[in-house]
Amino acid sequence: MAVDVAPQSAAPSIRKVRLTLFMRSLRENWSLFLGTRIGVIGLVIIIFYLVLALAHPILMNTVWEERVYDPVVGYAFDETRQPAPPSRNHLLGTDPLGRDVLSQLMHSARTEFLLGLLAAVVTVTIGTTVGAVAAYYGGIIDTILMRFADLMVMMPGISILIVLSALIGVEHFELALIIGILSGFGGASILLKSQALSVVVKPYIDAARAAGGGPLHIIFIHIVPNLLPLSFLYMMFTVTGAIFSEAILSFLGLLDVRMSWGLMIHTTEAAGYLLQVGAYWWLIFPASLSITLLCTSFYLVGRAMDEIVNPRLRRL
Amino acid sequence: MARYLISRTLQILLTLFAFICIVYFIVNAQPGDISNVYAMNPELPPDARERLQSQFGLNEPLWKQFLVYVRNVFTGSFGVSFSFYPRTVADVIAERLPRTVALFFTATVFSFYLGFLLGKIIAWKRGGWTEYATTIGGVTLYTVFTPWFALMMIWLFAFKAGWFPIGKFLDPVLWRDAPIEANTLFGRMMLTALALSIIVFVVFVITTRLRIGGARLIQLGSIVVSIGIMLGAWRLTGHGHLAWDIVKHMVLPVFTLTLISFAGTMLLTRNSMLETMREDFVLAARAKGLPEKAVRDKHVARNALLPVVTSLVFSLAFAVDGGVIIESVFSWPGMGQTLVSAAVAEDLPLAVGAFVFVGIFVLLAHLAVDVIYVFLDPRIRY
Repeated sequence: MAVDVAPQSAAPSIRKVRLTLFMRSLRENWSLFLGTRIGVIGLVIIIFYLVLALAHPILMNTVWEERVYDPVVGYAFDETRQPAPPSRNHLLGTDPLGRDVLSQLMHSARTEFLLGLLAAVVTVTIGTTVGAVAAYYGGIIDTILMRFADLMVMMPGISILIVLSALIGVEHFELALIIGILSGFGGASILLKSQALSVVVKPYIDAARAAGGGPLHIIFIHIVPNLLPLSFLYMMFTVTGAIFSEAILSFLGLLDVRMSWGLMIHTTEAAGYLLQVGAYWWLIFPASLSITLLCTSFYLVGRAMDEIVNPRLRRL
Repeated sequence: MARYLISRTLQILLTLFAFICIVYFIVNAQPGDISNVYAMNPELPPDARERLQSQFGLNEPLWKQFLVYVRNVFTGSFGVSFSFYPRTVADVIAERLPRTVALFFTATVFSFYLGFLLGKIIAWKRGGWTEYATTIGGVTLYTVFTPWFALMMIWLFAFKAGWFPIGKFLDPVLWRDAPIEANTLFGRMMLTALALSIIVFVVFVITTRLRIGGARLIQLGSIVVSIGIMLGAWRLTGHGHLAWDIVKHMVLPVFTLTLISFAGTMLLTRNSMLETMREDFVLAARAKGLPEKAVRDKHVARNALLPVVTSLVFSLAFAVDGGVIIESVFSWPGMGQTLVSAAVAEDLPLAVGAFVFVGIFVLLAHLAVDVIYVFLDPRIRY
């Protein structure tokens, strides 16, 4: 009788054990992450910008009057000449068109996060699937997918994006998709395939196959979860790339977007304030520094995660 | 090795074909053609526009144009540029490519050297404040918003301090009555640089192989002497001041590029060093009492070099891509700027041609990496 009872009571306890194991590895990785320090600095900057992005709609609904503080169509009626230097009402001054710079900055932060997140999710979804499929099936499917990846890696990214956005209209959503597809089929799938290759030779894959698991089941239940740490790491670098590309394109005035950090600098350039760094610093520094800091912080977090995920970089 | 090279070349041709397909259709996917630019021009009647279209074969279906284009490319013709009209695409690229290559080659060599040096140090001092400060500084420069950083450099060193000219390739006032064309002169400058680097390389190889004492002194002396001879030769030609003008225009872009790209090499070197430091031979080298510096430079760094060299070759191949931004900001008339202006002006043949050249460059770099690997790592055999 005891033999019959054991499996029934084991079902909830397996879940419990899994949860405990998961929490333990999370705690371990978290302390490793804290130990890298560069990751912590990156995380602090990301949280800072996240707070800015989340605070914008709240401020717009409570303190800021929409007529004045709208990032795109607002006008600072309380200033006599535009661009106005920082004051109590406009902490970072106004731009040449009389719009509040801080409001623009906070509004754009949200778009940048969404853009980066979408591009990263698309990249990693494609990359993980392609990598796992190529490693699992091998042979002709592997060859086709990997040669295609080589082709994608060959594409000069920024130039392709510039040409595309100069020739056809591109908005944030399309841009995120293009970046996601380019890097998903390219670098991400090569990297994740090399990781997946070390997973498919594990005994539990054979066991799953012997137990009658179909290819889809094995790929998505057994291989993909083991690729997740690496793909999460790759996401960070994709976010950096996406934010950077967006900034470059809108700085060159090639994107059909209403407001972004790159566009703020484009406006400054179009109005001719670009080389008056000392006199009109608030037109140049907030947006440029934001782009730089956010790109840097995601990159730093990615580096810190690399130290955790990559066993060869562990401290001896 | 020969068989490997042949199969690689075939693969490269196939990949190049696929690349040309993708790029051609991406660029040509936009509506209209070059005659649309003249649509609002009252002096150009509709039949003249049609003549223009049939002259360039733009009235044919796209797949037919594409077949003609592919045939032309594999016979070495890239068509005519619309925005520089009578000139061919190949001619425009032949003028622009050396400028980009010169700029990026110099900058890549500097950033590679700096990155490798710093990477060695921060890998050795892992966990110290040196490492955190260098990493954060390097990453910040690496992911900095490039146009802004380049503008700050221009503002600081060219605009405020006035040490360097603000952008452009040369000073038109100085060149107005110049007895020589800028491209010819630039070609000679490149040859000089090439000769100089070959001499330095040969001297380094010989002195390292012979293991003679005072190798450092000989190396340094030979560099100084050969630079002196080259400078003297340039003085005698009488074009020295013109060449100096181009060099002066190059300094700031090269400096900026070095600063924004060294961190890539640095971080890669660090990771590669950390992986190599776990090997047993490093333990052995330490156990036999070698000084730390010798272990670091002779045992670890040399073995950590392989991925770094790969990235060096690839970064050279992608110079055109990175060049788009820096060249636009510095108004440097290279490939990147050509590509952007061609795309904006709807000069599709030039845009496709520029892309195809980038593709050829990248593929050749892949091949070069495979060949270099054999020399750097004796364990690799094809």
